[in-house]
Amino acid sequence: MAETPALLTVNELQAWYGESHVLHGVTFEVRAGEVVTLLGRNGVGKTTTLKSIMGIVEQRTGSVRFGGRELIRSPSDAIARAGIAICPEERGIFSSLDVRENLLLPPQVRAGGLDLDRIFALFPNLHERLSSQGTKLSGGEQQMLAIARILRTGARLLLLDEPTEGLAPVIVQQIGRTIGALKEQGFTILLVEQNFQFAATIADRYYVIEHGRVVDQLSNTELKSNMNKLHDYLGV
Amino acid sequence: MFDIFGIPSQALFGQLLIGLINGSFYALLSLGLAVIFGMLNVINFTHGAQYMMGAFAAYLLLQYLGLNYWEALVIVPLLVGASGILVERLFLQYVRKLDHVYGLILTFGLALVIEGLFRNYFGSSGEPYQVPDALQGGHNLGFMFLPNYRAWVIGFSLVVCLVTWFAIERTRFGSYLRAATENPTLVRAFGINVPRMVTLTYGFGVGLAALAGVMAAPIYNVSPQMGSEVIIVVFAVVVIGGMGSILGAIVTGFGLGIIEGLTKVFFPEASSTVIFVVMAIVLLIRPAGLFGRLG
Repeated sequence: MAETPALLTVNELQAWYGESHVLHGVTFEVRAGEVVTLLGRNGVGKTTTLKSIMGIVEQRTGSVRFGGRELIRSPSDAIARAGIAICPEERGIFSSLDVRENLLLPPQVRAGGLDLDRIFALFPNLHERLSSQGTKLSGGEQQMLAIARILRTGARLLLLDEPTEGLAPVIVQQIGRTIGALKEQGFTILLVEQNFQFAATIADRYYVIEHGRVVDQLSNTELKSNMNKLHDYLGV
Repeated sequence: MFDIFGIPSQALFGQLLIGLINGSFYALLSLGLAVIFGMLNVINFTHGAQYMMGAFAAYLLLQYLGLNYWEALVIVPLLVGASGILVERLFLQYVRKLDHVYGLILTFGLALVIEGLFRNYFGSSGEPYQVPDALQGGHNLGFMFLPNYRAWVIGFSLVVCLVTWFAIERTRFGSYLRAATENPTLVRAFGINVPRMVTLTYGFGVGLAALAGVMAAPIYNVSPQMGSEVIIVVFAVVVIGGMGSILGAIVTGFGLGIIEGLTKVFFPEASSTVIFVVMAIVLLIRPAGLFGRLG
C-alpha cells in the first residue's frame, strides 16, 4: 500500500460556519484505490471535513490537494470537475425531479464513469422506478440513487457521508457489497460512518477525528488490538 | 345576434377577448416572475419597468433605426434581457441570499428610477405604435369580430408559455433549473456553474417581460407608466397561482384575464377589484397559492 501515491492530501484544513470554528487543522491522506473511513462522535467535524474538501463549506484554509492539484481556493463546481463527487448525509434527492432526472443530473466531468447498464446491475431497484418522483422512493432506494448518480460522472474520488444511516440491516449489507464492488472497479472512497461495525467490513484504513482534528489513525489489521482505544474515542 | 343570460353575445365575446388579451400579458409576465423567484429568490419588482422598456425599445428601434415589429420581436428581448443580466451582476447577486425584503426594495427602487427616466425623456402621454401590416384587419366569426393582431397575441403568448413550460419541466437543462431551485449548493457541488445559471435565468425572465412589452405596444399606448399599471395585477396573479410555480403562473394568468373580462360584462363595478377578491379568497383557503407548495 505504502508505495501507492496519495490521491487526496488534506493538510491543516480549517473551516468555519460563520463565527463558529469547526475544523482546527485536519490532516490525512487517501491513496488511489483505498477505502478510508473517518470515525468520531457526533459533531466532531467529520461531515464538515467532507463538505470542506468538496468546497460546499466555503470558509476554509489549509490545503486540499487532489491528483497533485491544489483545490482549497476553488469553488465547488470546479472541484467536482476535477473529479471528486459527494453523496451527502441528507442524500439530497430532488423532489421536483423523477428518478431518471435525478440519476442523470450530475454532468460527466471526465471519461471512465459507469454506464447506466452497470449502474442498474448494481442497483436493480432503480431501474424499475425510473419515472417515479425522486422523493417517493424508500429511504434505502433514495440512498442507492444518491450513490448511483455520482458513479456516472467519471469522478475518481467518492465522498460518502453516512450512507447507512437509518437503514434496515438488509439494505446496509447491500450498500456494503456495493462499496466493495466500487472499490474493485477502481474507485477511491472516503467514507464517514457512525456505524463502526459496518465500516470495519469495508475500510482499509481509519482516521479518528476529535474536536476538529485527526487524533489517531489505524489500518484494518491494527483494528482488533485497538478495540478498547476505539471504544474510548467513539464512546460506545 | 343572440343573447346569453340576457347579455348580447357581441358584448360577452368582446369582453372575453379583452380578458384573453389581458390574460396573455398576465401569463407572460407572471411566468417570468415565477422563474426569477424560483431561481433567484428575488421578488422582481422591476418586472413592470422591464415590460415597459420592451415596448419603448420596439418604439425607438422603429423611430430611429427603422426596424419593424417582427425584427423588434427578436431583438428587443435580447437587448432588454442583456440589461437584466447587467442588473443581476451589478446588484441582485449581492442581495439574493439575504431576506426577500432587500431584493424587493432594490428592484422596487430600480423600477421607480427607470420609470422616472423614461417619463423625463418621453413625457407621460404615451406614443402610438402601429399594428404590423401583416396583422391589420380581422375576421368576422359570426358571433363576434376578431382583430388579427389580437388573435396573434393570444396564440403567440400561448406558444411562448408552453415552450417555456416544456423547456423547464421536460428537458435536461430544465432539470438543472428545477434542481438548482431546490438545492443550489448541491447542484453546484455536482459541477454545474449555478451562478451563471442564475444570471441567465434572470436575463431570460426579463427578456420574457420585454417580449410582452413588444406585443403590448400596438394594443396599449407605449407609455412610461404602462408597467406600473399592470404589475400590481400580475403580482396578484403570481400570489394566486403560487410563487415559483410555472404551470400555475400560466393557467392563473389566462384564467384571471377571463374572469376579469366576464366581470366587466356581468358586474362592471367589480371588474377592477375582482382579481384582488380572488387573491384574498385563495390566500384564506390555500396560502401557498392554487399550484404552489409550502416549504
